[in-house]
Amino acid sequence: MIVTGGRETGQPGELPAVGDGISVHRVMGTETEYGIIAPALPSANPTLLSSQVVNAYAATLREGLGNLVNTRWDYTDETPLTDARGFRMDRGSAHPSQLTDEPVELTAEQIALERGEPAEAAVLMNLVLNNGARLYVDHAHPEYSSPEVTNPLDAVLWDRAGDHVAVAAMDRIGTTPGFSPVILYKNNTDNKSVSYGSHENYLVPRRVPFSRLAEALIPFFVSRQVICGAGRVGLGPLNQEAGFQISQRADFFENEIGLETTVRRPIINTRDEPHAVAEKYRRLHVIIGDANLNEVSNYLKLGTTALVLSLIEQGLAPVPELEDPVEALRAISHDPSLTVEVRLRDGRSLTGLQLQELYCDAVTAALPADADRQTRDVVDRWQSLLATLRRDPMEAARAVDWVAKLKVLEAYRTRDGLAWTDPRLALIDLQYADLRPAKGIYQRLARRGDVDLLVEPADVARAAVEPPRDTRAYFRGRCIAEYPAEVVGASWDSLIFELPGERRLQRVQTREPLRGTESLTGALFDAATDAEDFLARLLSGPDRRVAP
Amino acid sequence: MATQDRKNTGGTSSAEEEDLDTPAPAAPAAAQDSGQTQGVDDLLDEIDGVLESNAEEFVRGFVQKGGQ
Repeated sequence: MIVTGGRETGQPGELPAVGDGISVHRVMGTETEYGIIAPALPSANPTLLSSQVVNAYAATLREGLGNLVNTRWDYTDETPLTDARGFRMDRGSAHPSQLTDEPVELTAEQIALERGEPAEAAVLMNLVLNNGARLYVDHAHPEYSSPEVTNPLDAVLWDRAGDHVAVAAMDRIGTTPGFSPVILYKNNTDNKSVSYGSHENYLVPRRVPFSRLAEALIPFFVSRQVICGAGRVGLGPLNQEAGFQISQRADFFENEIGLETTVRRPIINTRDEPHAVAEKYRRLHVIIGDANLNEVSNYLKLGTTALVLSLIEQGLAPVPELEDPVEALRAISHDPSLTVEVRLRDGRSLTGLQLQELYCDAVTAALPADADRQTRDVVDRWQSLLATLRRDPMEAARAVDWVAKLKVLEAYRTRDGLAWTDPRLALIDLQYADLRPAKGIYQRLARRGDVDLLVEPADVARAAVEPPRDTRAYFRGRCIAEYPAEVVGASWDSLIFELPGERRLQRVQTREPLRGTESLTGALFDAATDAEDFLARLLSGPDRRVAP
Repeated sequence: MATQDRKNTGGTSSAEEEDLDTPAPAAPAAAQDSGQTQGVDDLLDEIDGVLESNAEEFVRGFVQKGGQ
């Protein structure tokens, strides 16, 4: 059993899905698009390679490490929302035609099939895992979207579970006759012109105006890279200049606010797909972050952002309005000495560290005396990391990806007299993110004890097959574990069942992220004899939070 | 109940805590420097052993398509 970082609580109804007061606790999750190559097949189609990752992991599951569910992704939650309550049984509302409405996946699947890969079984483009996560082909990359969790530490654990899944898939492909080994990278750019994302999602109350979120988050996101950037060798989106910068992503952002995620990327993404009760919640979709290997970097990225969201909700967030946020993002990223100043509209000029200190100080001032332990831990680490970075950035290598990477690079430059244009430095940048345990430079640093760790490897392995117990991911994961044959579709806010002998599909909605937890539904699963019995019990349940 | 706070909240390893609580004995500056140099040399040797062999070609071959 995984001991999670969620708060101790009596009744689940006591916990709000979004932050209450100044706290790191709220519903959140991560998405990772992995870089992918097959070194022996330089011209391989990336969609095909990505589908191999999904299918290889499916094959691993077939061998008993979990249940295989060739579960289709249910895209219907992207239609305009009605006033549905949390768990709604919508008998007959979903038809097979809805289940096949997956244009992107089908296009990708066709591409994969065109390349002449095994025809004996359909090529899987999407898996919903026992842990409540989604593993799928997102255009030209394999993507792992973590299950919903309630706090940054759990987010780190289930994010690492995605890396564990990625490694299992790589291993499988590498040992399958007829397949060329694939390498997966947890980074964000090929350093030629392309960037791919590592997104965060945070549930926020809809009553908070989006403009208030945006104005306070822009300067925070512009400066957040100093505590959690992943580091990059090369400057400019086309790598047109030599040098090192703090962020993988900074040079690929061109706008302050916008809908796009693949072109003209905005610092604040406005996609409004709550994947939850739309009247109550937004899902803040954060696209600006770097993919982190260092667990502390990832923990602080998620934890400090959750804290700033709670400041905004309380009306306590600073708004240090920047004269040119996009330019400031780039300037801060391009200065590993952390001394460059960016201009504010009020005439001040501040460094990235000083911007971070504004937010950290506001959190510290607002922190209640009885703050929970994880909230206190994030604040303590944030304060002490900012102090360390102010003293000497290179002292932060144990906790910050960009510093650890820069230290290795500088050591090579010193020993071998390398210029920033030397391809060995570009290789070190790339190989830092190589997920293979023997080859990855971060993996090596971790094994040497050169970085701080937060989660146990055994917990990571379990999190790859077990869902968090305190969100609806528990319901999703357990449905897939218990009823792999009957669950024919899933999404963040629905499960679709096909019962033997029944012509119609049954769609169970899960629009309240904090329902479907173990405490609400565990006994129901334990008591049910089969899927039909389970659905019957769910329908007739006395507790409306579990079933209508 | 399903959840409980992790010990030490952040899941900090006990080794790390000791580092924080116990100030390292003051080593003579020269000895410390040579110790650090040794550590860096070890690390670079280890990385030398795992780096892909043809850096220029390998880096050139890492080409990705599209992404969010």
